[in-house]
Amino acid sequence: MKQTVLHPEHLKLNAKMVDFGGWHMPINYGSQIDEHHYVRNDAGMFDVCHMTVVDLHGDKVRDFLKYLLTNNIDKLKVPGKALYTCMLKEDGGVIDDLIVYYMADSWFRIVVNASTREKDIAWIEKHASNYSVDVNERDDLAMIAVQGPNARAKAHAALGADATAKCEALKPFVAIDHDELFIARTGYTGEDGYEIIMANEDAPALWQALLNQGVKACGLGARDTLRLEAGMNLYGSDMNESVTPLMSGLSWIVAFEPKERSFVGRDTLEAQAAQGDHDQFVGLVLEERGVLRNHQKVFANGELVGEITSGSFSPTLGHSIALARIKHTIKDNCEVDMRGKAMTVHIVKPPFVRNGKSCLV
Amino acid sequence: MSDIPTQIKYTKSHEWVETLEDGNVRIGITDHAQDLLGDMVFVELPEVGDEISAGEECAVVESVKAASDVYSPLSGEVTAVNETVAEAPETVNQSPYENGWLFELKPSVNTEFDDLLDADTYNKLAEEDSH
Repeated sequence: MKQTVLHPEHLKLNAKMVDFGGWHMPINYGSQIDEHHYVRNDAGMFDVCHMTVVDLHGDKVRDFLKYLLTNNIDKLKVPGKALYTCMLKEDGGVIDDLIVYYMADSWFRIVVNASTREKDIAWIEKHASNYSVDVNERDDLAMIAVQGPNARAKAHAALGADATAKCEALKPFVAIDHDELFIARTGYTGEDGYEIIMANEDAPALWQALLNQGVKACGLGARDTLRLEAGMNLYGSDMNESVTPLMSGLSWIVAFEPKERSFVGRDTLEAQAAQGDHDQFVGLVLEERGVLRNHQKVFANGELVGEITSGSFSPTLGHSIALARIKHTIKDNCEVDMRGKAMTVHIVKPPFVRNGKSCLV
Repeated sequence: MSDIPTQIKYTKSHEWVETLEDGNVRIGITDHAQDLLGDMVFVELPEVGDEISAGEECAVVESVKAASDVYSPLSGEVTAVNETVAEAPETVNQSPYENGWLFELKPSVNTEFDDLLDADTYNKLAEEDSH
């Protein structure tokens, strides 16, 4: 199994380690619920070194990404600005979701998922050659996410006065370069914080500095319940190559304007949007006891109408929540088959939790 | 696995059984089971007075990861349930052999207890299970 540069730190903290898509990663360091609450109430950090950082260089890199991605990178006007987007097949199926950063006029940085590394790079390279764009996978880089209401203050203390001066002015979804660090005000938890990219050899020292500031190490278990509460999709669970972004709650990252921009998958999405009867992507709330789970079937009036794509217990709300893909006509309530029992759930619009507070009325 | 109590008996399905002074038995899930399941979020218990048979599903422990049925190791009548774990399911994680017990039975078949696993046998089973 592959190990990140922080692997020895996890063992030092007695993490419970699991095989996560071929990576030996911490699922928790004792209690994933405690870790979840730390991020909602204070500050937690995650080893996300397994994520794939790819740098794209070339005079025509902007044209290349305008063709490759569903969101329009012309929205990125200042260096450091980030954009969340999908990358599709011709038939509109989602190859991956990713974040793209505008670094310089001939340089963009993208961060893609760990489990999709090989196919993503193959797909990007296949199209990059038409634009003479160099595709450079940066496995020399590590990444730590620091998240929570106190995450920025604690990260500032760990990073020192010079970095603090620069970081304090940083707006959400923008990154800066500081010395050898790339600090982005982004995350996957619904809380404020940073994702910090640095050279592999510098990551253990930053990890230790953050621990010294009282940032709690958090595993992939908490990362999953945090992102689910925040209504953020997980590739492979909530979407894959067999569904489009419009069926995955991701139409907000598909830029149909300007009309003349051609991008991979555009024709399929336009046809699907015009048809208007594709499945909808919704949040489900179970107020009774029990936990909604991935792949449980969703029914309305006895008819099978869809499936849960991500379900878990919400530690912040104290009951179960889920994301589900269901028929477009279903409203208000539906039933989920839970271990043979039909349980009524409410249909809501995600997110469920933002900045520590419930979004449910 | 060195912290498995030796004075009590075990099942292959990861329950433990302790004989109490009054002849009733107390039942819970093992440390190995709670570790596999992770943070508990719901515990469903039988009701006092329920008559249950050995091997019957009589409780559910549900963690962030999965729901798992608890099978009664013995036949008998439920004499007590641990309301603490219903209200604070994490007690099962924190103290699986003491504060995190699930229910008590008045056994109706005397020979069943002898058929349960001793600590050494269960220990080996749990270790094989972890690999």
